[in-house]
Amino acid sequence: MDSSPTITLEELIEEFEALGDWEAQCEFLIDLGFELPKLPPELKTEETRVRGCQSNVWMVIELKEGSPRTVEIRAESDAMLVNGLIAVLLSIYSGKTPREILAVDVQDIFHRLGLDRHLSTARRNGLHSMVQRIREFAEQAARKESHAES
Amino acid sequence: MAEQGFNVLKIREDFPIFSQRLSGGKPFFYLDSAASAQKPRCVIEKEIEVYEQYYANAYRGVYEFGARVDEELDGGGDREGVREKVRRLLGASSAEEVIFTSGTTMSINLVANAWGRKFLQPSDEVLITLMEHHANLVPWQRITAERGAKLRYIPLSGDGRLDLAALDELLTSRTRLVAVTRMSNVLGTVNPIDVITKRAKEQGALVLVDGAQSVPHEPTNVLDPPIDFLAFSGHKLFGPSGIGVLWGRRELLEAMDPFLCGGHMISEVYLDHSTWAPLPAKFEAGTIPIAQAIALGAAVDYVDAIGWTAIHEHEQQLLEYAWDRLTEVPGLTVHGPGLEHRGPILSFSIEGAHPEDLAQLLNLKGVFVRHGHHCTMPLHDHLGVPATVRASFALYNTREDVDALVEGLHFARKKLRLA
Repeated sequence: MDSSPTITLEELIEEFEALGDWEAQCEFLIDLGFELPKLPPELKTEETRVRGCQSNVWMVIELKEGSPRTVEIRAESDAMLVNGLIAVLLSIYSGKTPREILAVDVQDIFHRLGLDRHLSTARRNGLHSMVQRIREFAEQAARKESHAES
Repeated sequence: MAEQGFNVLKIREDFPIFSQRLSGGKPFFYLDSAASAQKPRCVIEKEIEVYEQYYANAYRGVYEFGARVDEELDGGGDREGVREKVRRLLGASSAEEVIFTSGTTMSINLVANAWGRKFLQPSDEVLITLMEHHANLVPWQRITAERGAKLRYIPLSGDGRLDLAALDELLTSRTRLVAVTRMSNVLGTVNPIDVITKRAKEQGALVLVDGAQSVPHEPTNVLDPPIDFLAFSGHKLFGPSGIGVLWGRRELLEAMDPFLCGGHMISEVYLDHSTWAPLPAKFEAGTIPIAQAIALGAAVDYVDAIGWTAIHEHEQQLLEYAWDRLTEVPGLTVHGPGLEHRGPILSFSIEGAHPEDLAQLLNLKGVFVRHGHHCTMPLHDHLGVPATVRASFALYNTREDVDALVEGLHFARKKLRLA
């Protein structure tokens, strides 16, 4: 399954600026959600479920073979707006190395997209849980790499 | 038509928030009064009056401001105190049975701890229902576990009413207390407290009623049927947040131990023990929410002046209208019983649409609803859905609010590619 993002971060930021208001941006996020590739049902397990979300989110994070090794993220929610937010996360993180992921200032990106203003606290917490899951994976992977190097 | 004199547009003028517009001048449609109600000007002004004109701690000072605060709360001179207003609202026999708490949650926790810890024995049972808000569920779960007692649940019928046929088996001489909501915060179901109380009394069990949803919508009378405890929140009754009430029968309150300990609730404090103040102070440790409690009195006066008949008629007409209009929305299921058994609360699901998406999309159209499990996870398990969308109405809602909801749902279905 291809996990390449449906939109790049630059395109996303441009689109958000062009759309202007939250109403249009929210509708756009939902459209992005519809384009997000589905997760195979067998991967929607208790283990892949992200806690702290009002809706269900399942997330599979893997390290891709190759050099450098990059992180592959696949995720799906039963809520379409959340799928749109997953698409945003993919545009931020997908295809990056663990160290690159850890270097991302995601709060700054959320701020530029206005998500910190327009999402409810509960929704933000859910988004934060997804970010945490990705960062924890990246931290572990980076630590293993450091061990391997030394 | 509602009772003569009831004019919802006039009512809305009493609530400053309804003159607000969203960005771009868009109107908003508030359909979340079951979570918290908006405040009329008289409540807001009363709270300001306290802070601007005579604020002081309650029950502490003999000086003029302190005395005025005490008068506002407990009466004096020609002034009717808030406690007396609440007593009248509830049809109780004594204002001393009215305990100020922070809200329904604290009121029920108070009974669970102060009554439950003292009187529940290992072979005892507490009976609640499958439709309870977590506030009337988790405290009983904890205290029955602590006391080795058993928590049992009255099941629901297919249409979301209490299955009273199961009462004979569930309500026995082992039952010490039945804790039940008068109105479900999700299904809107209005429960027959009279039937339950009669059966409970036959078995010698006490009855606690969670009035959080019902008190803002109908007349309450704690003596008929003769229940033992009633809890409600000020903020759902158009009053301030942070203030609520526990009403309890005097002999029960007197027999119970205190819940929170500290200032004001004591009579004498020695190094090795203390004695308790008389009611209601025994259960009001520390400083109560002073201005909030006083302004709650203004909220009680406000609904009193409008009258329950007018409020009830208006809300029921609106409920009927919403019920009819929601059936126009394809794939929509309203959970819970028919109109004759419910208050002004409609929780629903739309096939193929996630409640969070619906709530987000409705918000884009200025329609404010609640989504989620509404603090009733066991009930949602029973309904077989993890979450629902809830629209709830109060005396200030109009048909325009319902129309905006229905239009918003059509819009949401389109955006979610269901139409």
